[in-house]
Amino acid sequence: MGGSMLAITGLSCGYGKRIVLREVSFAIKKGEFVGVIGPNGSGKTTLLRAISGFLPLRGGTISLEGEETRHMGRRYLAQKVAVVTQAPDIMPPFSVAEFVLLGRVPHWGGFQLLETTNDRAIAEGAMEMAGIGHLKERRMGELSGGERQLVFVARALVQTPHLLLLDEPTAHLDIGHQVQIMDLLRELNREGSLTIVVVLHDLTLAGLYCDRLILLNEGRLRAIGPPEAVLTKGVIEEVYQTQVTVMETPAGGRPVILPVAGKNQ
Amino acid sequence: MGPNSKAWWWGWIVFLAGLLVLVGLFSLGVGAVHIPLRKVLQALAIGKGSPEYAILFEVRLPRILLGLAVGGGLAIAGVVLQGMFRNPLVEPYTLGISGGAALGVALNMVAGGPTGLGLFSLPASGFLGAAGVMIVVYLLSAGGGQIKLSRLLLIGVMVSFIAASLIMLIMAMTKVEDLHGIIFWIMGSLQEPNASLIWAILFISLGGLIISLFFAVDLNALSLGEEEAFHLGVEVERLKKILFLLASFITGCCVSVTGIIGFVGLVVPHMMRLLVGGDHRKLVVTSYLSGAVFLILCDTLARVILAPTELPVGVITGLVGGGLFIYALSRRGAAL
Repeated sequence: MGGSMLAITGLSCGYGKRIVLREVSFAIKKGEFVGVIGPNGSGKTTLLRAISGFLPLRGGTISLEGEETRHMGRRYLAQKVAVVTQAPDIMPPFSVAEFVLLGRVPHWGGFQLLETTNDRAIAEGAMEMAGIGHLKERRMGELSGGERQLVFVARALVQTPHLLLLDEPTAHLDIGHQVQIMDLLRELNREGSLTIVVVLHDLTLAGLYCDRLILLNEGRLRAIGPPEAVLTKGVIEEVYQTQVTVMETPAGGRPVILPVAGKNQ
Repeated sequence: MGPNSKAWWWGWIVFLAGLLVLVGLFSLGVGAVHIPLRKVLQALAIGKGSPEYAILFEVRLPRILLGLAVGGGLAIAGVVLQGMFRNPLVEPYTLGISGGAALGVALNMVAGGPTGLGLFSLPASGFLGAAGVMIVVYLLSAGGGQIKLSRLLLIGVMVSFIAASLIMLIMAMTKVEDLHGIIFWIMGSLQEPNASLIWAILFISLGGLIISLFFAVDLNALSLGEEEAFHLGVEVERLKKILFLLASFITGCCVSVTGIIGFVGLVVPHMMRLLVGGDHRKLVVTSYLSGAVFLILCDTLARVILAPTELPVGVITGLVGGGLFIYALSRRGAAL
């Protein structure tokens, strides 16, 4: 753990006239693995978009490594922050290697047309790391959901970011692929000392992997802290409006959240 | 060799460039007067003086050069727009540029421009019409400094319809001689007596190729969607404006000289995407070359099928292009 990676104070943000996030403040240190949880529409994706600069801020400030992001150029910010969005609907006929190499674009000169050998080496490394080296020549449209998600993570790694933001990287994946993605993120976090902020819907998965959790509710920060402190029966039942049973994992004592059938309030 | 190796796509470029030369030579040789390849090469080597010189250099070569410029230009306009809109049905004429050019020309003909101001007034009025539509579409869709692509597309399509309706109105109210002129102009032709105009189009289209190539990497990012492009460090708003103006300008210039030659800008980018994939660096170059080959070939067919009567080249591009494309799709069974 090092100095400050991300410092957010009094953040308000939204789309057009609709304000989604109000007065959100928190800080993330270098090397942290932070999960963002909350019900649908609570502002999780909006928070990622605010951090990545995609949405203009209505109020407050976001600082990345001590520098305000609003003063940063697009390219410069993209060299520091990589984003894995929820997979786009239309995919042009890129091969996996071509797609992953697009992650080098923020590092290119203004009129650079061809990738360097260094770019290729970084892309090869990222594909090996994500375990998709064998898919290089395949077209993006031919991949399964799990493979696609790994390719997206590989492209983000190729940006050599300091901060990696992911929006529900495990959505629509089977349990094996969920663990594969989360294990990869943990490895990047621990061995590559990459700071990770990941939006997750699965509370148990979030508790299992994240150092800290940020719980959003109706656009406000409801709780922040280690999983045991955030994932309590009282907080979850209040925020999600449904009854749950909270148990502990056999090893490690991480919280496990089970829904109770027929008890939606 | 995989589809990503440099040799693989250089192979395509060399192949297409070779094809362009062959098609050019073929087109020089055939026509109402057949000139065998040996004599074509002779005339090329000797220059002025031989009996074939006039046909080759004053009739056929300008046409081939114009075919190269317009075929290539429309193809890259199609590549740029399909990439930007992420929509395979978009083509250079979707945004109303061609409708504006046709409207300008129709107005000019009805007003008696060609007789009063000379033939040069036709491309001039076409270009004014295209530029007018371009400005209207741009201003209407760039509210608050941001271009919304869905809005741009819809406004372009609506402006196209309005222009088409106005042209029909003009045609319904005009004299038969003018009607004929308007219809023939709209069908499109590579016959252009003014050599300096041909050089101008060639220059613009090659310039467009170079500029598109410089933006090809950004276009790769944009073809993933605006948010993805943003996260890859692309200045999305600026890029959208540049690409719209670039594609519209190329299209407007081509259309105002040759009329509305359809299908090149729609089919060629698709064919190339099937062959070389989604990388716009490859797409821009290969589409330019194959657009040129395609249009020169279609124009040659239009000249020779019923020689000495000339068919409208737009008919051939539609028939050949559509047929080829359906064949390629059904053979590959590939998803776009």
